[in-house]
Amino acid sequence: MRLPITKLLQLAVTLLACAFLLVPAIQSVLAGLTVNYFRGMSSGLTLKWLWKVWELYADSIFLSIWLALACLICTAIIGVPAAYALAKNPGWISRILEEFISLPLAVPGLAIALALLQLYGTLQGFRTSWSFILVGHVLYTLPFMVRSVLAVLAAIDLKSLEEGAATLGAGPFRRFCDIVVPNAMPGILAGALTVVTLSIGEFNLTWMLHTPYLKTLPVGLADSYASMRLEIASAYTLIFFIMIVPLLTAMQWASNRAQRISA
Amino acid sequence: MQEGWTLPLLPSFSDMINRNFLLICLLPLLIFSLVFLALPLMRLFLASVEGESGWAIYLEIIQKPRYLSALIQTVLVSLAVTAAALMISTTAGLFLARNRFTGRGVLLSILTLPLAFPGVVIGFLIILLGGRQGLVNQLTPGHVVFAYSTFGLFLGYLYFSIPRVLLTVMAATEKLDRELEEAARSLGASPWSVIRDVILPGLAPSLVAAGAIAFATAMGAFGTAFTLATNIDVLPMVIYTEFTLSANIAMASALSIVLGLVTWALLLIARSLSGTTVAAGG
Repeated sequence: MRLPITKLLQLAVTLLACAFLLVPAIQSVLAGLTVNYFRGMSSGLTLKWLWKVWELYADSIFLSIWLALACLICTAIIGVPAAYALAKNPGWISRILEEFISLPLAVPGLAIALALLQLYGTLQGFRTSWSFILVGHVLYTLPFMVRSVLAVLAAIDLKSLEEGAATLGAGPFRRFCDIVVPNAMPGILAGALTVVTLSIGEFNLTWMLHTPYLKTLPVGLADSYASMRLEIASAYTLIFFIMIVPLLTAMQWASNRAQRISA
Repeated sequence: MQEGWTLPLLPSFSDMINRNFLLICLLPLLIFSLVFLALPLMRLFLASVEGESGWAIYLEIIQKPRYLSALIQTVLVSLAVTAAALMISTTAGLFLARNRFTGRGVLLSILTLPLAFPGVVIGFLIILLGGRQGLVNQLTPGHVVFAYSTFGLFLGYLYFSIPRVLLTVMAATEKLDRELEEAARSLGASPWSVIRDVILPGLAPSLVAAGAIAFATAMGAFGTAFTLATNIDVLPMVIYTEFTLSANIAMASALSIVLGLVTWALLLIARSLSGTTVAAGG
């Protein structure tokens, strides 16, 4: 079969774009596994750089995982009930509230961080603890959780489900736990994976909010890019890829699934 | 129309409980966003006008060459990135949305993967591509280093814009009426004229939205610029240096507010046109 010229051109652009995104990523993976990057692959493959990264930055990696889980708990506690309340009252007040909490998506992280620093930067105990970074991460990821759950809740017939339960004598709290949460599960799952993925990769806010004793994974990455040899920086990037790629894949799968439900 | 005797199915007491319960559901969100979003943003705004220059600080942004040139440079780079990302991602997005072939899934994964890469990582990838020890410098004769120039910044921004635009375009293409394309084809239209006369006009609002997303993301990108920019003054870098090095809190705040308003307004337009949400990190 002969492809028409338009299709060939489209294919060429697609492949070029793929190459542009993929080639440097592969380079980084290889550099992290090569004995000496400047001498090339012929110097042999090694895992020693990965070990070196583990020695230098294991704390950062664990801090990021811990922050991501804490962030998930916070966004679930704040976001899921809020999405339910917003779904029950779809009016302009809800729209404005949703728009307002989405500000951290639109306003650059740097600006949000400056705002937080100026108001709470002098509270020493808070400023120097990991919870200060957590606040930034929750601000940034909360809108994803709320919207993800809201989209699913808006698509199901919440009213008749709840009325059914109410006539059987279930109070509002029981209805929330036994009907709303199970039905919203695809949205919660998609939101949760988004929250964890974004929290682990967050840099713009975290760079401003972190302290020398609290470096997250991406802050450690920036540190290694500035001060470590290329092989270590690459090995660290490789560890980041190993963590983020499965998360991202799971997140896309869950989001597509949730979208099919709410479509 | 009203049949009074069937109306009070549930007593108003339980209505009151329901309403209170909804309020309790909303309370954590209200408190959190008041304490950590509304008040800090208000503080940021006050800090911008509390400096020596007062309100005039917003005039200074366009009067002082340092800030004005940074603003112009940021807008120009962002515009270039937006145009390039729209062309590349629309071409690739249409191709992937309208053709089924083996390997399609792999290509799609490659093109959307950078979505969760932080800006710093993308900066590093550009250094691997165009830095002193970069691939291009190794493969070509002579000294070809572009990672730390405006072109390097452009490539870095393009790297994170391609997936964002691609997803918006593909989502919109899925919603287009395929029968129009079939009709045009059966009337003898070439693949190119189907794209030009049927698909692109249908996609127009989504393309504007995707462009707004790409532009806003590029305007606010910090991580990429932070890793790459040795001597390029883009707005987020200026804010960063004003705050950390010059301790010019008022100017850093004022520039943050201006930048925040611009990106927020753009993304609002994008959302009203296409209904997509993409995080503006970079």
